[in-house]
Amino acid sequence: MTSRYINIGRVSELARSAIRIIAPILLALVVGGLILVILGKDPIAYYWYVVKRGLLSWTGFQATLVRTAPLLFVAAGLIVAFRAGIWNLGVDGQFLLAAVLVAAVGSPLNTIIPNWAMICICFILAATIGAIWSLIPAYLKANHGVNEIITTLMMTFIGISLANVLIKIPFNDPATTVPQTVTLAVEDRLPRLFDTIIHHGVILGLLSVLFVHFLMTRTSFGLNLQVVGANPKAAVHAGLNVRFLTYVAFGLSAALAGMGGAVEILGVWGTVRADWDPAYGLLVVPLVFLARFHGIGTIAFVLFFAVLMIGGESASRRLGVPTFFVLVLVGLLLMFLAIVEYLDHRWRQRTT
Amino acid sequence: MSELLTETFVTALLFGSVTAGVPLLLAGIGEQISEKSGVLNIGLEGMMLVGAYTGFCAAYYFDSFWLGFLFGGLGGVSVAMLMVLFCVILGLNQIVIGIALTLGADGLTALLHHFQFSRTYPRLSAVEPLVIPVVGDIPYLGEVFFHRHPVVYLAVGLVFFLVWLFKRTYVGLNLQAAGDVPAALDVTGVSVRSTRTWAVLATGFLAGVGGAFLANIGAGIFVPHMIHGAGFIGIVLAMLARGHPTWVLYGAALFGVSLSLTTALQVAGFNIPTDVVQMLPFTMVIVMLILLGRNSYLPAALALPYIRGER
Amino acid sequence: MALSASDSKIHHTSAIELRGISKFFPGVVANQDITLDIYAGEIHALLGENGAGKSTLISILAGLHRPDAGTIIIGGVERRLGSPRDSLLAGIGTVFQHVLLAPTLSVIENLMLGGSWKNKLDKESARSRFAELCGLLAVTIDPEALVGSLSLGQRQQVEIMRALWRGGERVLILDEPTSMLTPQGVIELGHVMKRLRENGVAIVFVTHKLREAYELCDRISVLRNGAFAGQINPDHGSGMGEEETIEQIIRMMFDKEGQSDSTVDNGGTNVAVRNVFADSQTRSISVAAKEVSTIALPGECGLSAVSFEVARGEIFGIAGIDGNGQKHLAEVLAGQRDLATGQIELDGEDISVLKVSERRDRGFRYLTDDRVGEGIVSDHSVATNLVAKSIGENPYWKYGFTKWRAIFSFARRQIKKYDIRTPSERTSIGRLSGGNIQKALFAREMDDNAEIVLLNKPTYGLDLQNIASARDRIREGASRGITTLLISTELEELIDLADRIGVMYQGQMVGIVEANPGSENRIGSLMTGASLN
Repeated sequence: MTSRYINIGRVSELARSAIRIIAPILLALVVGGLILVILGKDPIAYYWYVVKRGLLSWTGFQATLVRTAPLLFVAAGLIVAFRAGIWNLGVDGQFLLAAVLVAAVGSPLNTIIPNWAMICICFILAATIGAIWSLIPAYLKANHGVNEIITTLMMTFIGISLANVLIKIPFNDPATTVPQTVTLAVEDRLPRLFDTIIHHGVILGLLSVLFVHFLMTRTSFGLNLQVVGANPKAAVHAGLNVRFLTYVAFGLSAALAGMGGAVEILGVWGTVRADWDPAYGLLVVPLVFLARFHGIGTIAFVLFFAVLMIGGESASRRLGVPTFFVLVLVGLLLMFLAIVEYLDHRWRQRTT
Repeated sequence: MSELLTETFVTALLFGSVTAGVPLLLAGIGEQISEKSGVLNIGLEGMMLVGAYTGFCAAYYFDSFWLGFLFGGLGGVSVAMLMVLFCVILGLNQIVIGIALTLGADGLTALLHHFQFSRTYPRLSAVEPLVIPVVGDIPYLGEVFFHRHPVVYLAVGLVFFLVWLFKRTYVGLNLQAAGDVPAALDVTGVSVRSTRTWAVLATGFLAGVGGAFLANIGAGIFVPHMIHGAGFIGIVLAMLARGHPTWVLYGAALFGVSLSLTTALQVAGFNIPTDVVQMLPFTMVIVMLILLGRNSYLPAALALPYIRGER
Repeated sequence: MALSASDSKIHHTSAIELRGISKFFPGVVANQDITLDIYAGEIHALLGENGAGKSTLISILAGLHRPDAGTIIIGGVERRLGSPRDSLLAGIGTVFQHVLLAPTLSVIENLMLGGSWKNKLDKESARSRFAELCGLLAVTIDPEALVGSLSLGQRQQVEIMRALWRGGERVLILDEPTSMLTPQGVIELGHVMKRLRENGVAIVFVTHKLREAYELCDRISVLRNGAFAGQINPDHGSGMGEEETIEQIIRMMFDKEGQSDSTVDNGGTNVAVRNVFADSQTRSISVAAKEVSTIALPGECGLSAVSFEVARGEIFGIAGIDGNGQKHLAEVLAGQRDLATGQIELDGEDISVLKVSERRDRGFRYLTDDRVGEGIVSDHSVATNLVAKSIGENPYWKYGFTKWRAIFSFARRQIKKYDIRTPSERTSIGRLSGGNIQKALFAREMDDNAEIVLLNKPTYGLDLQNIASARDRIREGASRGITTLLISTELEELIDLADRIGVMYQGQMVGIVEANPGSENRIGSLMTGASLN
């Protein structure tokens, strides 16, 4: 009898999860559509165009997948941090600094060692740089209890400026007029899948999210981190080394963000220009929340968001709706998600 | 190096520091009010952006700086109202909602700008300063500090008003209790919800005015993403100031000088990357945190929603 | 004093009349059709087990909850108490069980809290009102002191002042006010209540302690399962003997006779267990603390040179009023806190520098008093919480990989064995009641490999059923040979369970007493530091 009870419970649980995710998306699209109508644009045409260019056309879909690569790495980093109760809002600094260093060393390294070794070294370097950039917030939080929101934000500001300094002075490519690092030749970048433009970084990004998901839900290490995140006092009580775990969570999160920077440079750009800052971190934070830190859900949302970005970029050229509209959609999505969560919570309380 | 110390350079630097510092000051003390009441308002950047947009529109269409500030403030309040709805009334996660509001405001203002101004890029005329008698005649400093739009004087005055408000009024006591032990305030018959609501709305107004200042007086134009992290600097200032409005003033001055120095150096033709200067204040704060290693004081109930009767 | 105190001065006018008050929470009937009169100038006890509906009724009177049915008549007029403000305006002041003061504000600022923004902050008149209330309550407190720096007793006095500050002139509600107080403090509170009664204030005194209600109050109303279960009137009571009255109240509280014997009665049901160890001369030392001291932060009570030895299989009680160093003692023994000087030994081995997990490996278990705060991870499942202290260990982890299936089936067994009432092993533990959370913690700590368990206030806040089962568990553990250190503030519980009792006072262990029914007075005087002077 109990097993039947649980089965019914599981099914309704699944249905409820689906509603919890789909309802906010629909609401955001509807309200976004109203904004488009007010601006004198046809929402149906816009959405259709976005889907067509971001998902249904082969070139668009490839571009979408390529865009997911850095987002997935950043998302993986955020999953670790958020599950461990750490508000790492500094992923952008970690991402950018790693990207700059990779861009700086990639091309010279390629001349002395084989391409595959260069790529490996670049990933390790990116992870290290990212982790180093999280060291100060980790130290301040673990040893002095300083709120990581301020420290990681500050480290991001410093990181963005430092990245520019590095690009303009030590790593500047004298051959170009605009300050930028030397460019890694297209053929030396991450290998592509078959004859598409999709590079292997997309696979690595997917693997990184799956790895993190597995790590957090199926291992003792992940459970330890979750306990620290959910109740640090309980973690002390259970004999966990909270300080050490805080460092590890910060380091892992930032290392993944750094690898996101590497994948974007090795896979797409080959160089970093001054003042380049895609600010993926702030964009991915909501997606990870939307997926409630769940790996598979995060992958789905990242894909959804990449479609919006790529399709939105095409639409801005074609339909005259600027790409900023995608930001409005994400903002709306988050707010509706929050409301639906709230209603769900209330409903749950009433029924139990 | 001699060029650095010319009178015009120093005057321009200081003048620019005040211009860059005032928006930070307004946003910082605004954030301080809502943090004191227990609401961590990560949407500050979004409030400033909307304030900059509505403020610019009002100043442009009505041709009045005063109306620009008023509508800038109201623009900030409109974002704050969403913050109130989601975080104070429904008790949702303040960090997520704050980021959502910032992203949404960023997109929306850029979108509106695109349809409204992206072909013409209208500019406002220079502001008519209010020259304070006597002190305004002091060489150099008079021009820097006392030939200003009255909002500058009001902003600085507000700091001291808040010092008084926090220490010497019921409002101050209630705010502090709402942030520390909200239930303690609730049982005395004062609604935590309305205390926090007013605090967040005040934050929105000040951030909006700050944004309008940045657009109308700092730049004379509205461009997308123009707040460029000033809101986040405001959050940092408020969190580091441990509840003291005067500390926000010092912090805003520090960041104002460094922001101004970057432009001033460029104008003076120096080849130091401005980014080095931009990094300095943050680096100083981080170094201070490491050296002092002390816990930044934050209200105990910061970022926690309050639901009556729940323990 | 006793019930005869009631004939001093009784106004037979109702301060508050409750008519058919009901309140429903999801799945729970918290109050059902409660009709009750509270008269001006009386001390009215509201008695009942945990979960009997006392707190809900108080919340309704304080304006924190709205009743789903029924009316409240105050001074002959029907009133709606929709918010704490309404309740204050109606002249009802409440002192809550958990201290609700802002630690970062001074005493006087806390009292002034809640003023309208339209009014000027008038410290002068506030000071004179403060002096007046100090006089009324006969207490002395520095009005400029930060509340964070006051002792618990002083904070409670400030709470009473605040309840009287605005409102409270008609009814003063005290919710379990004695749980944090010294015996001396309880006596002082009694004086304060009488002084207020003289002024015609109706005092509602909420408690689950029978004897207290009997001694301090003029009238006793009993709640059971959310409903009104009966009342003992003053004239009724005076005609009856003490034992008779108490028996009658117990009947009302439980509707069963003799059921509560093990908890209410001091009778030694486990004398046999106790004597075996107390008399044994050849026992081996299991745990020893030698001159243990800790460093205390402001607001904490550190330890200074605490020494004791506990024999294997002994139940060693640690008595003391809350906040006299028990917390530090527990944490230092468990390894959660560094000791400044001294040494802790386990079976003769110095374990002073060992970590929590290393002590656990040696069979040491700590059941915390801060169940929700540090005992559980409330968002995680019951199953996870049951294994939370052995994450990564066999048999539920292999090479660091979690075997969830095994954990869930283990959890189901434990849930059955320890009678933890939960919808499923996957339910978030935070959704269980306090009693069931405590059962889960018992299940986690009293496992087969436990050799020494440190129990910090294991029955605090539980209802009588759960108290009884917790005490049985402790006895059962001791009979299995587990060495037990039992920290408690309930003297009667310690005397019932323990072999010897060490008494804490201001961070020192001021004495160790053999536990027998006659030792209450000795322990009581040690607890208050009286025997030190």
